[in-house]
Amino acid sequence: MMRVRIDPRFVPPMFITLILIVAHTTFGILEGLERTAIAIVSAIAAELALGRMTWGRWPHPASAYISGISVGILVRSPFVWPYVFASVISILTKYVLRLDNRHLWNPSNFGVSALLFLAPDTVTLLSIQWGNNIWPMAVIWMLGFVIVWRVGKLHVSAAYVVAFVVFAFVRSGLTGVPWQAALAPITGPMYQLFIFFMVTDPKVAVRSKSGQVVVAVVVAFVEMLFRLNEVIYAPFYALFLVGPAALLIERAIDRRQAPAVHPAAG
Amino acid sequence: MSRTLHLIWTTLLVAMLVGVVVINRSIVESRRAAAAAESGDLRRGFRFEEVSAARGVRFVHQAPTFDAKLEHIMPQIASMGAAVAVADFDRDGWLDFYVTNSGEGSLNALYRNNGDGTFADVAAAMGVADVNRPGTGVSTGAVWGDYDNDGYEDLFLYKYGRPELFRNDGGVRFERVTDRVGLPAWVNSNAAIWFDFDRDGWLDLFLGGYWSESVDLWNLETTRIMPESFEYAENGGRNYLFRNLGDGTFEECAEAMGVATRRWTLAAAAADLAGTGYPDLFLANDYGISELFANQEGRGFVEVGVETGVGRSPKSGMNAAFGDIFNDGRLAIYKTNISEPGVLVQANDLWVPRGLTASGLPVFENLATTMGVDLGGWSWGAQFGDLNNDGTLDLFLVNGYVSAGERTSYWYDFAQIAVGHNRIIGDARNWPAMRGRSLSGYQHSRVWINDGQGRFVEVAQEVGVTDTFDGRSIVFADLGNRGVLDAIVANQKGPLLIYANRVAPGRHWIAFELEGTTSNRSAIGARVEVHWGGRRQVQEVSGGSGFSGQNQRRLHYGLGDVDHVDRVVIRWPSGRVDTLESPAVDRLHRVREGE
Repeated sequence: MMRVRIDPRFVPPMFITLILIVAHTTFGILEGLERTAIAIVSAIAAELALGRMTWGRWPHPASAYISGISVGILVRSPFVWPYVFASVISILTKYVLRLDNRHLWNPSNFGVSALLFLAPDTVTLLSIQWGNNIWPMAVIWMLGFVIVWRVGKLHVSAAYVVAFVVFAFVRSGLTGVPWQAALAPITGPMYQLFIFFMVTDPKVAVRSKSGQVVVAVVVAFVEMLFRLNEVIYAPFYALFLVGPAALLIERAIDRRQAPAVHPAAG
Repeated sequence: MSRTLHLIWTTLLVAMLVGVVVINRSIVESRRAAAAAESGDLRRGFRFEEVSAARGVRFVHQAPTFDAKLEHIMPQIASMGAAVAVADFDRDGWLDFYVTNSGEGSLNALYRNNGDGTFADVAAAMGVADVNRPGTGVSTGAVWGDYDNDGYEDLFLYKYGRPELFRNDGGVRFERVTDRVGLPAWVNSNAAIWFDFDRDGWLDLFLGGYWSESVDLWNLETTRIMPESFEYAENGGRNYLFRNLGDGTFEECAEAMGVATRRWTLAAAAADLAGTGYPDLFLANDYGISELFANQEGRGFVEVGVETGVGRSPKSGMNAAFGDIFNDGRLAIYKTNISEPGVLVQANDLWVPRGLTASGLPVFENLATTMGVDLGGWSWGAQFGDLNNDGTLDLFLVNGYVSAGERTSYWYDFAQIAVGHNRIIGDARNWPAMRGRSLSGYQHSRVWINDGQGRFVEVAQEVGVTDTFDGRSIVFADLGNRGVLDAIVANQKGPLLIYANRVAPGRHWIAFELEGTTSNRSAIGARVEVHWGGRRQVQEVSGGSGFSGQNQRRLHYGLGDVDHVDRVVIRWPSGRVDTLESPAVDRLHRVREGE
């Protein structure tokens, strides 16, 4: 029997597309398919144009597809322009905000965070349940964990989830809010995208496995600090700050540990 | 990557980030009302003046206090109940209005128009004041309709509790007939309308459920009473449809007619949207999608929300109003939702018919953003009406959820719980305590005037609407028989406001008060198309619209500077069509079916 091998780069896009199709056909989660389509097309077009002009070759569109579809799912706005801007800004950051030949931010994390911060009157975030029973959530969690396990990032997602739960109880203890309410956000679909596609982005992760776990925990910790200050988009802002900081710290450590090169006297 | 290319991309990124700020700001500016103007300023063609005290109306709404298990979130649980409905209950030619109260033991008010610009509360004398006694629930709204066709408007009162029907006995008293007409013992409702869905000449009644009817909010057996989802909840109260049997009783037929859903209904309105001659039913539902029930020639309803476009995107629906905003003879639907900068921008919906489905139903397109009526804060009631008599329908919206501590906000905690799974959001115990904080409080109402070119312009401050109470119900009525639409606003835990309207001179109008003979006597469902100066506008007599509101039954048309009406076509609910040729302008026409 012929065995079908799937290019691993297509696995995350296929998974996120599956989530989208199931969620929208079942619950109508999107503002409209056309807006999500606009976000995807904008991201891919930007990627193709920028990649071609920058590197002289056509880049693989999988990454841009994930950025675009993430924007299309996460951004909620009655206007069309935020979908275009968030997607194009996401892709642009990959070409502008670079260090040692790698980009610093998860693209859609940057694009969405920028829109939320700069356009609070017209842009918000997906903040609802998909449906009202446990099965869609359970299926997405299981599939999500299988996917991140396959791409070797299960430890990152798991570390973040455990840390979030622990910090939720800490927040509950500090604020008097019921622990169920403190935990509630992680049961929502926004977090499913965040946990499986943003925190785990290999392009912006530190190299060591233990380092990745530490970064995930620190993201959850900074998120807790934001939440204690009632910042609604806490996880996005936390990742926005912690992700690049971790890369910069890793770079500094690398430089310190690298053997010093002394020019020959003469 | 070359330095030049990197510089170009960097410049582009910065430009786009700046662009985000600029576009966001420009949208906010475009939606912002012009500054308040001098009281004599009529540059918008009209101006409101708040006159409730001068007119003898000093009504302040009181909220209920439910079971102590809800104490921590009481302000939002007890956040509805301020309502107002207009009718000329004593047939003296002057419009009166009924106002609901919601405190346990509080009194509702029936303001009779004295005809001299003042009002007197006659609710106690007429027997419709003391309706909030402990154990019977509290009022959340009322609608007028002549269910027995005796020529006098009867009063249906819906509550979180026992609904009541009062028969108008010749305009001199009301007789409580609840026990003999077949109403359920307990319904937690925020919406009801009269309409003759089967066109048999007798008014039927739709009653929407909000909290489950099994819930007694004063004596909770469980705290698992909350919506199971913020946008997909179907665990609300059931809807009821009472068919008028014509003998003073009703038959409950929601299940058989296909409207017995459980979607936390907050507003209902009926009109012939599909062009069948039968009224279709639109429901704005909290925590979910809207529903549009297409009338199957009186034999039942089919839900067509997805097919027609209005029931696809779940939001927090709170209003249902119809208006021929383009003067093309087709009714658009305005549904309000929640918009809170930085948290949740659902935006309001303006569903405009743009075509037909394969089965001949209208296909609606949401033009709220295009036309500038999308952002209204935590929006509640809204109504269409020609406020400046220029010949196009304008829009008045009231808003604000809970105004408590100033510069405090419950939004973070609200957003946190709202996303939770049903095991979390569905239990009131899990909701964070409000602790005196506001939730979208102190908001400014919106008054959007229709420029006739496809845009609405916000002018509330400029025309004198400056209050920041928590508005719930807004209705229009020509209280002084002056040929203008005055506005009455019922505020939650706030005063009832009367905005008297003053329209610039030189603007003409025409109005119609219909009386059915073969049709239901209130003529609810009658469709009137006025043709003047090459223009036309359609309105339908309504048995309730907006949020917990009912406008005057009269239909009011502004004509601009045109002083001649060519023709008026009246299609009665019975199907009969009467045509008036060149009726006089600047006057109210009383028209009986077939005469």
